[in-house]
Amino acid sequence: MVGGAPLHGWTGYPPLSALQSAGPGEGLGADLWVTSIALFCIGALMSALNFITTTLDMRARGMTLMRMPLTCWAWFITAILGLLAFGVLLSAGILLLLDRNAGTSFFVPLVTINGQLTGHKGGSPLLWQHLFWFFGHPEVYIAILPAMGLCSQLLSVFSRKPIFGYKAMVYAMLSIGFLGFMVWGHHMFMSGMSPYTAFAFSVMTMAIGVPSAIKTFNWLGTIWRGRIRFTSPMLFALGFVSLFISGGISGPFLAQPVLDIPLHDTYFVVGHFHLIMGVASIFGIFGATYYWFPKMFGRMMNESLARWHFFVTLIGTYAVFMPMHYLGMAGHLRRYSQLTELNYLHGLVPLQTFMTYAAFLTIAGQFIFLFNLFWSMKFGKKAADNPWEATTLEWTTATPPPHDNFGGHMPVVYNGPYEYSVPGAPRDFVMQNDPATVEAH
Amino acid sequence: MATVTTSASVKTVQVLLAGAGRPDQNTVDFAVRLRRARLGLIVALTAVVMIFVSYSSAYVVRQGLPTLDPRTGTLVRDWLPLQLPNFLLVNTLVLLVSTLAMELARRQAIRTALAHGKQSHAATHTEMDGMPWLGLTAILGLSFLAGQWLVWRELAAAGFYVDTSPSSSFFYLLTGMHGIHLFGGILALFAAGVASLFRKSAASLGVVVDATAWYWHFMTVLWVYILCLLEFAR
Repeated sequence: MVGGAPLHGWTGYPPLSALQSAGPGEGLGADLWVTSIALFCIGALMSALNFITTTLDMRARGMTLMRMPLTCWAWFITAILGLLAFGVLLSAGILLLLDRNAGTSFFVPLVTINGQLTGHKGGSPLLWQHLFWFFGHPEVYIAILPAMGLCSQLLSVFSRKPIFGYKAMVYAMLSIGFLGFMVWGHHMFMSGMSPYTAFAFSVMTMAIGVPSAIKTFNWLGTIWRGRIRFTSPMLFALGFVSLFISGGISGPFLAQPVLDIPLHDTYFVVGHFHLIMGVASIFGIFGATYYWFPKMFGRMMNESLARWHFFVTLIGTYAVFMPMHYLGMAGHLRRYSQLTELNYLHGLVPLQTFMTYAAFLTIAGQFIFLFNLFWSMKFGKKAADNPWEATTLEWTTATPPPHDNFGGHMPVVYNGPYEYSVPGAPRDFVMQNDPATVEAH
Repeated sequence: MATVTTSASVKTVQVLLAGAGRPDQNTVDFAVRLRRARLGLIVALTAVVMIFVSYSSAYVVRQGLPTLDPRTGTLVRDWLPLQLPNFLLVNTLVLLVSTLAMELARRQAIRTALAHGKQSHAATHTEMDGMPWLGLTAILGLSFLAGQWLVWRELAAAGFYVDTSPSSSFFYLLTGMHGIHLFGGILALFAAGVASLFRKSAASLGVVVDATAWYWHFMTVLWVYILCLLEFAR
């Protein structure tokens, strides 16, 4: 392709992204990039439509909203965020395509390239940033909410205790989703913003700390004095909580313009972002894979390999991303591949080297996972229908499930999703479709 | 409490059919399908609303922005107020009549579905009740789009192209995006027509026509909103 890939990075800020002549890759490459983002938006909107209508309309008999596993709640709220956010990115993408190809000036101000006027005038690069981040901030919750719901589930299953504060968890996720739409400006403190507007965005951002703290408190309350089973899904759920705390704690720092302005373009933000959104979400994916693999393939994954994978990944990612906070505070800029020319950063090169080795170690650890995944499909231990002794509906059916999941008999739900250690029950868990009456907790 | 609660769908059916006596199974199935289609439509329209909310805010923001005049070095406004062609009122009238025709088709289709359930629409009604209204809606919809095309031509003849001024950019953008969405509605009308040709049940047809009708009404309201935005926020 002529010119290669676009130069403008994932945020696509104009005018660089809006001008064909801005550089190699800003021609056809950038057009394809914007078009693919727009198509992705349409796809994401359709999947949001599917998730929302399915959740509202196709639950099993007796499955009230407040009997849904928290994983389902998380996906439901995620879909609502997607429905409201992706349309805005789609609109912005269409405006960008028009600026690029139809000569309009939505985003492009009066700019010259090599001394030549481009013909555009009056557009606002900040308008793009507002539209983009109105999508972009909810997007980070789209990435982490499913992991939050899933890990709540795993902590309850493997602590053999009901989730601590089910309703509080639901309302916390709803308020995180709601507040997530009011804080996009905190990505733009550096772009130039009235201090009053910045103050409002700052306060709203710190307010997200409240529901996040509620969730963390409830996770700890769930495992508190539980009969914890340290299985591989549980390890990743605990790892998620750990990463959520250590990545989240730097959020209130960055939420304040006075701290964000010196830290924004440094590794501090990279460390914060990758711990809480990157690695924590991926721990959710790993936890989910270890947890549902037996249901999908009828075999267990190897626990020893899974433990190796967990500890290498946990230690490796902390070793990569924790030092980034120190680098950031020392003024190490992000978005540069090499800064060895700068004298004041010389002393930090050993730390960079350490992080690089840690990154190689972490990547190597993922091969353990890949090997385990494919090896266990063929040679794993045979899985029972309900190997984790969990209560939710997927564990009531055969392993692996028959063609329509429940073999023609739609289950009827009588209980909440976290009935563990119920007093007087014959086992330490009561399935959701078990008609024996369970007192509400 | 460990009781099986009545599902929301059954309650809705009861509300929908209040006063219609004891509903039979077909009627209940139809009501559930109808509710499902309407729910999907509401969710989909939320996404459409967000698209036009974004454009509206971009419109207001862009309108207030000055630009640098390189010759004088001063800040000037580049927003040329757009004199909307009067022909837009004709188009608006056409769309309003079409939404009325669509509503008549919808009521006809629902009545037929409640009366005949699983039987094929064509088998019970040789004269194809409701089909003339559907056809009229489609024709009026296509006329509206043709009228919008004429308006574009008129603006272009007056020298207002998509890149002339941000006001004309937004005019083409908003009318174009609305036109694309309305065209989707026309495709749905054709789908309903094809469904009746292939002797789908009256219930299936009722669901398709009902969802299309609400979409169509929404497109009419959206058009009135866009027209007001373009006229009163020049």
